[in-house]
Amino acid sequence: MEAYWYWLCHELYLERKWARELLRAFGNPRAVFEAPVKEIRKLFPEKTHRHLDILEGRRSWDPGKDLEKQKKTGIRFYSCAHREFPQMLREIPDAPLGVFVKGNLPGEQRVSVAVVGARVCSSYGQMTAQMFAKELAAGGVQIISGMAAGVDGHAHRGALESKGLTFAVLGCGVDRCYPRQNRDIYEAITEKGGIISEYPPGTPPLPMLFPQRNRLISGLSRAVLVVEAREKSGSLITADLALEQGREVFAVPGRICDSLSQGCNRLLQQGAAVAVSPEELLQSLGVDPGKRGGRKRKNKKSLESSEELVYSCLGLQAQHLEEISKKCGLPLIQVMKLLVSLELKGCACEVRKNYYSRVHV
Amino acid sequence: MQSIDSIRRSPGIIPQLYVYDVTNVHRKERTFLFGKVLSADVRGIEGFGVSVEADISDGMPMFLMVGYLASEVREAGDRVRTALKNCGVVLPAKRITVNLAPASVRKAGSRFDLPIAAALLAALGLLEARDLSKVLVAGELSLNGEIHGISGILPMVESARDLGCSSCVVPLANMREASLVSGIQVWGIRHLKELLPEPESGFSGRGRREMEKSEGSESGWNKEGLFDRARQEERLFSRLCRGEGAREEDRLLEDPDYEVDFSEIHGQESLKRASQVAVAGMHNFLMIGPPGSGKTMVARRIPTILPPLRVEESLELSKIYSIAGLLSGSDPLIRQRPFRAPHHTITPAALTGGGRIPMPGEISLGTHGVLFLDELPEFQKTALEILRQPLEEGEVRICRSYGTYVYPARFMLVGAMNPCRCGYYPDRNLCRCGTEEVRRYMGRLSQPLLDRMDICMEAPRLSYEELTSRAPAETSAEIRSRMKRVHALQRERYEGTPWRFNSDLNGAGLEEFCPLGKKEQKLLKDAFERLHLSARAYHRIIKVARTIADLEEAKQIGCGHLLEAVCYRTMDKKFGIG
Repeated sequence: MEAYWYWLCHELYLERKWARELLRAFGNPRAVFEAPVKEIRKLFPEKTHRHLDILEGRRSWDPGKDLEKQKKTGIRFYSCAHREFPQMLREIPDAPLGVFVKGNLPGEQRVSVAVVGARVCSSYGQMTAQMFAKELAAGGVQIISGMAAGVDGHAHRGALESKGLTFAVLGCGVDRCYPRQNRDIYEAITEKGGIISEYPPGTPPLPMLFPQRNRLISGLSRAVLVVEAREKSGSLITADLALEQGREVFAVPGRICDSLSQGCNRLLQQGAAVAVSPEELLQSLGVDPGKRGGRKRKNKKSLESSEELVYSCLGLQAQHLEEISKKCGLPLIQVMKLLVSLELKGCACEVRKNYYSRVHV
Repeated sequence: MQSIDSIRRSPGIIPQLYVYDVTNVHRKERTFLFGKVLSADVRGIEGFGVSVEADISDGMPMFLMVGYLASEVREAGDRVRTALKNCGVVLPAKRITVNLAPASVRKAGSRFDLPIAAALLAALGLLEARDLSKVLVAGELSLNGEIHGISGILPMVESARDLGCSSCVVPLANMREASLVSGIQVWGIRHLKELLPEPESGFSGRGRREMEKSEGSESGWNKEGLFDRARQEERLFSRLCRGEGAREEDRLLEDPDYEVDFSEIHGQESLKRASQVAVAGMHNFLMIGPPGSGKTMVARRIPTILPPLRVEESLELSKIYSIAGLLSGSDPLIRQRPFRAPHHTITPAALTGGGRIPMPGEISLGTHGVLFLDELPEFQKTALEILRQPLEEGEVRICRSYGTYVYPARFMLVGAMNPCRCGYYPDRNLCRCGTEEVRRYMGRLSQPLLDRMDICMEAPRLSYEELTSRAPAETSAEIRSRMKRVHALQRERYEGTPWRFNSDLNGAGLEEFCPLGKKEQKLLKDAFERLHLSARAYHRIIKVARTIADLEEAKQIGCGHLLEAVCYRTMDKKFGIG
């Protein structure tokens, strides 16, 4: 039967609604596969040639062999009837008929959290995404995201940094790395987690597919953490879907004047939970944060008093060194030296040429 | 001398024209008619001697020119014949051969008109001496015999002096330029007639303007209304040639006046400091910042804080400008540090120099000064990449099938760029450029080029307070005096080495002149590992630290200097990846 599910997901991924209607009419995918064209045409007289062409294609299709071939490529297929198909995905509205996986599926016993946000994000967004993902993953949480540029990518990076598990849900085939610049993440996730998609291998990254994959990101997770989002943003779609699916929504608050934080602040206004620190987030998810902390103390002790002063002026928002010099009232050249020595001690980070931010240890 | 055949009255331009009788000249006195004159051509920025020979013999009347000539030199034949005719010398209907030696080098340009005419006159016996091979002659002729100025006089006269010439004949327009060369007598002429003997008295140098290169004779200068300053400089040069004036201060030209001043920059303390460090060690400098943050303003003021030109630098620059035809006739000495700011549409050839007959490009014209490339990523990729070799070697080699031209290119590269296409990254409230776009924008600069920028500084957006603040700032003159000291310090240290500034040092030089203590080495090791520095970046940091130490007149490089230098290190491609 899995072979016929495979055919269904492979051929009808753009027509999920119709596929479901066909299933309802014929009972199971095998029956759909074997149903005569005439009968289908009778049942669905409004369908055009494009749809019926798919049915014509059945002739050249050998269900058993094709699935075998697929297995050899290392990409696994799980239909919604399969034992290992994630239970959480079965529950969501418009559930996928099957998923293609490169690597592994998220473990059902572990808590999964989706970390999403803007593609075009600030250094603040990058750092918070990475920090939250890192801490959550270190606490044993599986990080789910979309491997997009910006927040998504940094969430994966953070999780990989603490050697945690992380999973990417793509809007294209799992054999394609989109966007290309995240090749390193793609490779690493294949090792340390899994790449998941409901679209068959080889599917190009079509714009229409991306909003739909967001329902899988939230569907696979217990909670969704929105790191940075503009007022109108795909991340807010994910948050809406999450609410629809009964998932918790967390948002990272931002400054009210930052357009990149407006979406998050709006979510908070509408009742989303505030994500202030990874520890508290872990607690509210009922995960034991374990023995953590202490490193920060140790690091701070070795700072000199002037370094301490500059460190206290650093924030998560990257600032230009002139700004920092004005803030702490020290001459520019001294601030330069102190910032570099802080950077060498691992307490500051040069996010961009001459823009520094605090490193969360 | 020949008798005057007749005085022909011709209406119009030349009321009185002496026509010299040259028809029977060889029969009377000489068995063969031969004249030789020395001229010069330029390759790279050095001149080399070209001897111009003319021979008149019996045979089919024709005018032959040989010696591997470009077409403009070939055309000289017609110009010369017509100009001579209009001065009263009608060439005899004989077989006339003109040769430009050495014949193995291609000769181009219009500077050979006058020497060809002179060689012909010598062959005809109309010049006092038949062999002018110890007199440099150069100039372009117009059809009526007037002499136009040419480019490249300075290196040509210099090469003539080195060949042992005692005097040179140049166009009047180039006379002042030629007289920058000491140890050679310069004759400036305006018209071909001035070479010809006066009808009655023979060869006398009528109307010739002479300039003696000794301190006694003031004659030519004041008559021509030359500046006293030029006179002073000339004295300075001749003294230097005699090996006097060895004191360091004497070797500097006086401070030029600039229209802009460093004190006009408000705020941007980081850019100001970085530019001063850059100037102190002649380091290449890259500024990044949003539009209107004062990058261009700072760049324009960098020449004003550079120490004044040294005499030999000024001469070298004048030579380059002479070849490029950019010297002014009235004040041919380049006194100011050049500031070249080519537009970003410039071609690679215009930047480095090129053309069929190569000419110096912007990087050579910016020698001893600043080459400012605004909107760096907008330049053609090939144009930027071509800068790599001159930046390392201090000269540019242009190869042609007939030879290699070498132009000096010891400039300070100052670049300015926006962080992204819209210019506001990383301010995400204003910048909507995608990370891929930002990366692509940065990606237009190759890492090897970025590695050659010793100092890199990103400027923040100016606040209103900074923009309107009128806090007293240091003036250019104050900074300049500091820079003079730092440059003198480096000159002293690198005496007898091929280097001039900290930025010129190579690996061996770093070991010799920039030893590091234990503490400093540990700090650099930390930085190298934590910041993933490349070997090149590592060396650059030490060089910049040496300059910062020099600014404080510290003997040893300390940790503080290294830390500041690390802060200036070049932009990494990892920035801008989101």
